[in-house]
Amino acid sequence: MKQNAVVSLKDINFKYSNEVILNNISLDIYDKEFITLLGPSGCGKTTTLRVIAGFEMPQSGEVYFEGEKINDVPPHKRSVNTVFQKYALFPHLNVFDNVAFGLKLKKMSKSEIEQKVKQMLAVVDLKGYEKRPVRALSGGQQQRVAIARALVCDPKVVLLDEPLGALDLKLRKDMQIELKQLQQKTQKTFVYVTHDQEEALTMSDRVCVMNNGVIAQIGTPEDIYNEPANAFVADFIGEANIINGIMLEDCKVRLLGAELDCVDKGFEKNQPVDVVIRPEDVEVVAPDQAKLNGVVEDVIFKGVHFEISVRCQNCLWLIHSTVSQKVGEKIGIRVDPFNIHIMEKMFLNPTNDITTEVYYSDKENNTTTIRLEGVEVTIPDTFYEEGKRIKICLPPDALYIAGDGVGHLDEVYIESVIWKGEHNEIILESDERKWIMQSDIDEQVATYVPLCFDFKKAEISEVSADEK
Amino acid sequence: MKSKRPAIPYIGWMLVFTIVPLVMVFYYAFTDSKGHFSLEPFRNASVYSEVFLYSLWIALISTLICLVLAYPLAFSISRCSERGQSMIVMFLMVPMWMNFLLRIYAWVLILQNYGPLDMILKTFGVDVTLIGNSGAVIVGMVYEFLPFMILPLHAVMGKIDSSLIEAAQDLGCNGFYVFRKVILPLSVPGIISGVTMVFVPTASTFLVAQYLGGTQFMIGDVIERVFQSDHNTGSAIAVVLMVVILGFLVFMNRFGDKEAVNG
Repeated sequence: MKQNAVVSLKDINFKYSNEVILNNISLDIYDKEFITLLGPSGCGKTTTLRVIAGFEMPQSGEVYFEGEKINDVPPHKRSVNTVFQKYALFPHLNVFDNVAFGLKLKKMSKSEIEQKVKQMLAVVDLKGYEKRPVRALSGGQQQRVAIARALVCDPKVVLLDEPLGALDLKLRKDMQIELKQLQQKTQKTFVYVTHDQEEALTMSDRVCVMNNGVIAQIGTPEDIYNEPANAFVADFIGEANIINGIMLEDCKVRLLGAELDCVDKGFEKNQPVDVVIRPEDVEVVAPDQAKLNGVVEDVIFKGVHFEISVRCQNCLWLIHSTVSQKVGEKIGIRVDPFNIHIMEKMFLNPTNDITTEVYYSDKENNTTTIRLEGVEVTIPDTFYEEGKRIKICLPPDALYIAGDGVGHLDEVYIESVIWKGEHNEIILESDERKWIMQSDIDEQVATYVPLCFDFKKAEISEVSADEK
Repeated sequence: MKSKRPAIPYIGWMLVFTIVPLVMVFYYAFTDSKGHFSLEPFRNASVYSEVFLYSLWIALISTLICLVLAYPLAFSISRCSERGQSMIVMFLMVPMWMNFLLRIYAWVLILQNYGPLDMILKTFGVDVTLIGNSGAVIVGMVYEFLPFMILPLHAVMGKIDSSLIEAAQDLGCNGFYVFRKVILPLSVPGIISGVTMVFVPTASTFLVAQYLGGTQFMIGDVIERVFQSDHNTGSAIAVVLMVVILGFLVFMNRFGDKEAVNG
């Protein structure tokens, strides 16, 4: 039904002062569909929208509109209209003139403009508001004016940049449904940007999940939820238990010491994987009937279901169940094989090993200093002679983000943050390499942080000079 | 109700140094040298009507030149980074740290016959008198009062959200229409205060014309000269100037209100 792409992005790369914002994005947007660009802040979703609108010029790649390349077409000549994040209504004009703004530029007759504006204001439920100054409107009403202003120009594609972000929850829910109905009524292509996964699932025909300037997955809301492509998508969409596992053979995965049946194939033997299990797919059974056992730590009533936290070894499972459990009770955890989703790790697990020469050492204070990416790092309570090669193994929990802003390595990029049962597993990227860190704190993806090492937790050994 | 007590020193200051002198000016304007009520001073003042109109004309031209120069500059400043903005604004203020008279003297030196500019032009075969005419007065005025046009314009333009400009482009405005339909109407308050802040002092200032204008004085200079010998006539000219400027202010404010409503 929707084969012809209205807008096509081909290999779009966008950099902003050396920071990669979009990394080889290719995306087809089909006619009359409601597509949502979903992702955490800093993932590049708004930039993608601005590339389509023409406000940003990608350094490479092509933008096509109905098959025609429009890279060099300025925004005012593109047949797309945008609903801006903070509405961007013209404060010096009233509701009517705001909506009529685009039409007046098209040199339409006065009566035609009047008729179209009236019609559009009726569509967005703002009949009789024509003469009001926009400043006197509530947030929801301003929102409607902004939508009417974009729609009245009769564009092929409407771009919406987090248009509901500034509204309160109740109004946002109402507007979600209204927007969806409006899109169906007007038969236009909507490209919607949001960081709210529920909003995306509610409204979209297709969802495009973005992370770190790349598209993580495109699919229908059902696909994205039921068959997430990787741990990031699983973590971002809905709630999920994401646990490190090892693929023993086809259809067999080891998880927290237990061997479980699953339906995924084609992994290498003993390949480390991410195992994703949705909270509602976990069955609570008697302890002797399941391979995994745990102790109930917490039960919260959520209306439709109970949210049960179960500690299974050192991992905290989240379970949704209509039956409550007693806190402190031992229970069995069972998951049907087809509900166990096996995913390749997004990054081959980096190690935090550092092999380097001692830069200088201080016998008196018992310290050793190494050079790490051009920065001198002093290891306390350790002494190795200058010029010796040493290997420092840092476990993930030996890394932390400096609270006072001064780290061993400044400006380390947070590539991904995924909740793994008990800790966040954070992948960081410095100038020369990647790091893996464990933290209980929710860090913000796609930001730069100062990284510190706790060398008390490190294992340090001397290696021979030729060993790499 | 907020306490008005902190305003007392200011009110006292106003009373002694503004209200009382003003009352005195009015008193002199409506009396003759013997202290009787008379319209004689105004009759005497009418001799200077030509200078008066000339002053308003110079003020008008200077204000327009200031506006034309300041508008694009203020706009480009407002689109700079915050750091850049405060840098440029600071540079604009630097000349104001110098005394007003010194700045005028500087222009006398630049423009005088056989001065640097004159010599440069002569080597190109252009022989004009740069000083002692209306042009020199206007140059001096524009130089003196340009910052007073730029600052209010910049203050208003800095508040124009760049997403409004994008919204206008998005709805089909090319560069000219973005200016015409969004930037211009939204910067009207800045234009009004800028024009007011430049026109009022240029119309009434003195010394600039004395140093740069040769024999052609402006009304400010006339008031200064006449007042020294004849308080009554001097006051009468001052009152007329005051009324004209007040009229101008009322007109500008009306205009501003109308713009704000109609867009």
